[in-house]
Amino acid sequence: MATYSTNEFKGGLKLLLDGDPMSIVENEFVKPGKGQAFNRVKLRNLRTGRVVEKTFKSGESVEAADVLETEMQYLYNDGEFWHFMTPESFEQYAVSKAALNGSDQWLKEQDMCTVTLWNGEPLSVEAPAFVELQITQCDPGIRGDTAQGGTKPATLETGAVVKVPLFVEEGETIKVDTRKGEYVSRV
Amino acid sequence: MSDWRPRAAGSRVARARLLAELRGFFARRGVLEVETPILGRGTVLDPAMESWHAQAGDGAGGREGGWLQTSPEYPMKRLLADGSGDIYQIARVFRGGESGARHNPEFSLLEWYRLGFDDRTLADEVVTLLQEVAAADPAWHAPAPEPRVVAYPDLLDEALGVDALHDDAARLQAVAAQRGLTVHGELDRDAWLDALMSLCVVPGFPPGRITILHDYPENQAILARRSRERPGCAARFEVYWGDLELANGYFELTDPVEFRRRREQDRARRRARGQPEPAADPFLEGALEAGLPDCAGVALGVDRLLMRLLGEDDIRRVIDFPWGRA
Repeated sequence: MATYSTNEFKGGLKLLLDGDPMSIVENEFVKPGKGQAFNRVKLRNLRTGRVVEKTFKSGESVEAADVLETEMQYLYNDGEFWHFMTPESFEQYAVSKAALNGSDQWLKEQDMCTVTLWNGEPLSVEAPAFVELQITQCDPGIRGDTAQGGTKPATLETGAVVKVPLFVEEGETIKVDTRKGEYVSRV
Repeated sequence: MSDWRPRAAGSRVARARLLAELRGFFARRGVLEVETPILGRGTVLDPAMESWHAQAGDGAGGREGGWLQTSPEYPMKRLLADGSGDIYQIARVFRGGESGARHNPEFSLLEWYRLGFDDRTLADEVVTLLQEVAAADPAWHAPAPEPRVVAYPDLLDEALGVDALHDDAARLQAVAAQRGLTVHGELDRDAWLDALMSLCVVPGFPPGRITILHDYPENQAILARRSRERPGCAARFEVYWGDLELANGYFELTDPVEFRRRREQDRARRRARGQPEPAADPFLEGALEAGLPDCAGVALGVDRLLMRLLGEDDIRRVIDFPWGRA
């Protein structure tokens, strides 16, 4: 069982705490000149996505989480599972809807994603930061109204709905920021 | 290596200015600048302080070793016992395992000793020094004019309802839990006091204002004598600027018997916790036997003072070559 001591703590280190894999977001060393040292650590729970704060007595050891981030290609979904493949080994992984945590709404077949594996099982999937998707449905734009900065909902080929400027038309391809779920530009 | 570049260009001139101001402050008061070794035969046994061990070939096929000083306190006290009178030093010191936004394992420590002073009068002088130095450059931040002066037990009582002299570890742990603070790892009573003070109370210190914390619990006396006014407490003080600890001072312990008792207690604590045991300094004891004059001493972190003067939040912004790039 691999462990990390607090003096090895740094951003990105993966720990197993309260049964969940967590990634260090921020590590603060606190020590009175003549007293006990502590590490105040912000961690992202990789299962729930929530950020928690924990305090460690400096010098303590914590079990490492067997977490691996790998680039995989999205293949298809069968309604229950989303299937991904590592391009090097052709190894395939089936990911549940829960682990996708909403990222499926951005994914087109053959897109490359970051899949996080915990003990060899898919834990989460991160869609590419920016994707280009075609608009399959939206109301016609109103000419001359572009200066107003108004928006309208547009349904994309993956089923996601984003707000787009009024001048954007059905059938066009747009660039979307998946972290914010926001329209960026026409392609 | 691509990391050759210094990192703190913005603070370089200010550091030189600060060092000159500090030297001017002591010159005006007739306090003598001294130098003592940073590499010694032994070091402190304080369990809260890890000393670096240095080794070299001895030129005859073997190896010899020494300890890098965590502060110049011991040799400076030997000078005092020899009749040096008031002295100060700006020393490079080394502390293992201390690295972060407010710690660098190697740093500059201003340490000075004043004959005939006690903890209160020396704390006042620290405040005067901070105010005079801050006024030297109009671009520097200055602390609010009036410091807050509060006894350690009173502060913990006011802030958390804790009796710092009597509450046991379980009670302190419960108070911490009420504040949403749980700690991974076993803490004894003193460590819980440190946790409550450093993590619950100090972060709320008024920004921009100096706080003098005095009358520490006797268990945290280190080398301060017992407080005359407050039983169970030590004549030890700390100076904070906002929530940043700048200085630690004592009305100095002069009793060699009590010194030995505390050193052996530190040794026992180290053994109980499985900490490494460095070679103990072999010389200070003799100086205490010969007689240390009544005096007060304080050590102040120069890099942290520079942080506050320049309004920086990270010590690596005021050190050109912080740990990792040194």
